[in-house]
Amino acid sequence: MDVDTRQVEDVARELYIRALKVLPDDIKAGFARLDRDETDAGGKRVLGTMIRNIEVAESTDNLLCQDTGIPIYNVTLGRNVHVDGVDLEAAIVRGCERATREHPLRSSIVHPITRENRHTSSGTRVPVIHVAFSERTDELAIEMIPKGSGSENNSWLRMAVPADGVAAIERFVIDCVLDAGGRTCPPTIVGVGVGGSADLCVHLAKVAATRALGSVCDDPEGAKLERALSAVVNELGIGPQGLGGDATSFAVHVELAATHITMNPVAVNMQCHSARRARAVLTPAAVTYGF
Amino acid sequence: MDSDLGASQRVRTLTTPVSEADVRALRVGDMVTLEGTLFGIRDATLIHLFDRGRTTRFDLAGHAVLHTAPNVRKVERSPQFPTGYAPVCIGTTTSIRMERFTRPLMERCGVRIVVGKGGMGEDSLAAFRELGGVYLAVIGGVAALETTWIESIDDVDLDDLNPESLWKFRIRGFGPLQVAMDSAGGSVYAQVDAKARSRRAAVLAKLGIR
Repeated sequence: MDVDTRQVEDVARELYIRALKVLPDDIKAGFARLDRDETDAGGKRVLGTMIRNIEVAESTDNLLCQDTGIPIYNVTLGRNVHVDGVDLEAAIVRGCERATREHPLRSSIVHPITRENRHTSSGTRVPVIHVAFSERTDELAIEMIPKGSGSENNSWLRMAVPADGVAAIERFVIDCVLDAGGRTCPPTIVGVGVGGSADLCVHLAKVAATRALGSVCDDPEGAKLERALSAVVNELGIGPQGLGGDATSFAVHVELAATHITMNPVAVNMQCHSARRARAVLTPAAVTYGF
Repeated sequence: MDSDLGASQRVRTLTTPVSEADVRALRVGDMVTLEGTLFGIRDATLIHLFDRGRTTRFDLAGHAVLHTAPNVRKVERSPQFPTGYAPVCIGTTTSIRMERFTRPLMERCGVRIVVGKGGMGEDSLAAFRELGGVYLAVIGGVAALETTWIESIDDVDLDDLNPESLWKFRIRGFGPLQVAMDSAGGSVYAQVDAKARSRRAAVLAKLGIR
């Protein structure tokens, strides 16, 4: 297919607004499960308010959370998808800026040194745009994630060494959850990156944190690790908003990459309960929106 | 005026500005709904007020501040929209980033109530104890609901910092909010943290780690 970048611009605009307003079905189901299992009265009250907010956002056509986040666009090009990459990136930036201006949305993006806010949700290297390729489709897919800062400010990397073993990874994850407490707006999705280089490890933690609930790590060892950590994380008692209770996390997700013989890196990135994302699939026939 | 919340928990209504005695009467676990005026502050607001020597024409004495930066829409100025801003989505941000500003907010501006999410640290707790203040927990990430508690944006100062301006909101039934840190040294965050850390060894043991 030949991609019309004017259409990509419209889709990038629409995705940002959709992501901010409608929580994915898997997260809603996650809330129902946590609410059912919560044994703490205070925790139950907090979860009830969060669930009510999801309904209020939809009925008033408002944003779930005031934090418009750092805009991230994950682009996946299938087979025989033809597009000028420079035009594609520019179209996404324009769509992100138009969403901000036209809705309007709070621009949460500033220059890191001058702190100047251009009121466009964009700046140097932002929105963050990742491009990947898939041999399994012949479509263009764009996923949009407005990553909230409360959870993003709680991100960690530890360059453990091989002698520290898998125990170092597990201990690190539990300690990150303890250190985060209520700051990350729990219940969270705890994203864990294992292996790779330092930058890849942190990136994988973000990929894990923003994966749909119910999805499983492709690697069997990663899947085993996420099962083990998910089974115990809610025994810490941090609870929704760090005010006490069972529902500290929806799940722990793991993504991994091969690493160097001398290295054993682990990174943690968390997604808050406003685990927002939206997705569009572009084919020659139509644009389909979902999660 | 008090009302019931679920299982017999009392919700106290406080109209701002409040007195020192009002906040000193509150204890961790109490529930409060705010009425009147609420001021919105953020990182840049506080950095400019306390690190860069700027001042505000607002009188914050006895008032409540909310850790926020709203989504707003520019509109024609009118009696309904005196600032030329209409609220779009107003919610609460993580408080701990602004930890070092609690004391100057109380000492220099007379603030009595900090409304935020995620909790604050020992410096804030000491300021609440010494100067008479309290931290009320909003549930973070429920901004669509929180926006329904905001009646209007009545005024704005330091607006060159937009969206991190100093906002003056008129509120109606803002809450219920949980008293999470009080003037007697109580902090639900410290309690939960201590309990969670006491469970660390048992959780690691379940993972097969000694």
